[in-house]
Amino acid sequence: MGKETDSSRHAFDRRLKQAMDRNNPDLAAQATGQGGDMTTVGTVLRAGTEMVAGLVVGVAMGWGLDRWLGCRPLFLILFSLLGGAAGVLNVWRLVRPQDALEDKPDPQAGPDR
Amino acid sequence: MAAGSTIDALGQFELHPVLGGLGEALRFSQSPLMMIVASVAVLAFLYVGMRPRAVVPGRLQAAAEICYDFIHDMAVDTIGPEGRAFFPFVFTLFFFILAGNYLGLLPFSFAFTSHVAVTVALALMVFVLSVIVSLKVQGAKFFAHFMPAGAPAALAPLLVPIEILSFLSRPVSLSIRLFANMVAGHVMLEMFAAFTIMLAGLGLIGDVLAVGPVVINVALMALELLVGALQAYVFAILTCIYLREAVAH
Repeated sequence: MGKETDSSRHAFDRRLKQAMDRNNPDLAAQATGQGGDMTTVGTVLRAGTEMVAGLVVGVAMGWGLDRWLGCRPLFLILFSLLGGAAGVLNVWRLVRPQDALEDKPDPQAGPDR
Repeated sequence: MAAGSTIDALGQFELHPVLGGLGEALRFSQSPLMMIVASVAVLAFLYVGMRPRAVVPGRLQAAAEICYDFIHDMAVDTIGPEGRAFFPFVFTLFFFILAGNYLGLLPFSFAFTSHVAVTVALALMVFVLSVIVSLKVQGAKFFAHFMPAGAPAALAPLLVPIEILSFLSRPVSLSIRLFANMVAGHVMLEMFAAFTIMLAGLGLIGDVLAVGPVVINVALMALELLVGALQAYVFAILTCIYLREAVAH
């Protein structure tokens, strides 16, 4: 009885594994699809704020430097442009293709090149 | 809040002392009160849920375990094996924000996540932690990240400030996103509720038309439930992403 249950359990495990392997591509695709949906909604909600945040930091920093160093419009203009660029960079980081992310060399390679 | 024919959409975010004389003396407003309620609610949920310690969990225990697993998987999958060390932090952040967003939807309640002071404090906590972890793990190499790999050295004066600003914009975008979403949601609820009252003052035809904003508010409440969970999720996942970059060598 015990042996029989054992072997049948093994057989069941094997069949279960086969079935799961068979279904695996579907399951994996489904799982990533669902994750993708959640990420898509998150991405849409993020993109706007990412862009504005870069600009806000740039303007705030330029205004602060002007106030500190007393050269009113210079740093404000400079850092507004840089902040806008940083905002665009933020959005690009968010929406760039994922294979571009894979291609990204590891940080150690940076200074050498 | 909507008195007569004017819509006071922002009045709901005003702070005022609660709990009578004691609250007056301590400058204790609804915001910290709701924070305490949120913390106690999360702790009570976990304590009561996990008390049976059953091998086959009941409903509440299963819910508590799902919450635990959800954040644990998020932290470990995103950050890597080191994520286990940050799991308590991410768990606390996620459920503090989630409880704050959801408690704020109850009538006569207050959403403390709709105040920029609160969200900035949370975002700065994440930012400072990620900088400290970066400096500890990577040392001086951390600063090499501000020069994009493979870019010509002549462009450094332009690229390095942009990278630094992009890095500094992280806590700003974290805090603005949460605060703006919560404020926008509550303002919309308030506006449509005020429309109902204004339309109801128009007599019979108004009574019929006033049903419209109520229906919209029901739909908005569903949307707010989604937004509340989504914003807590986004805050937690971004925390994980920043910490992953911090622990990466």
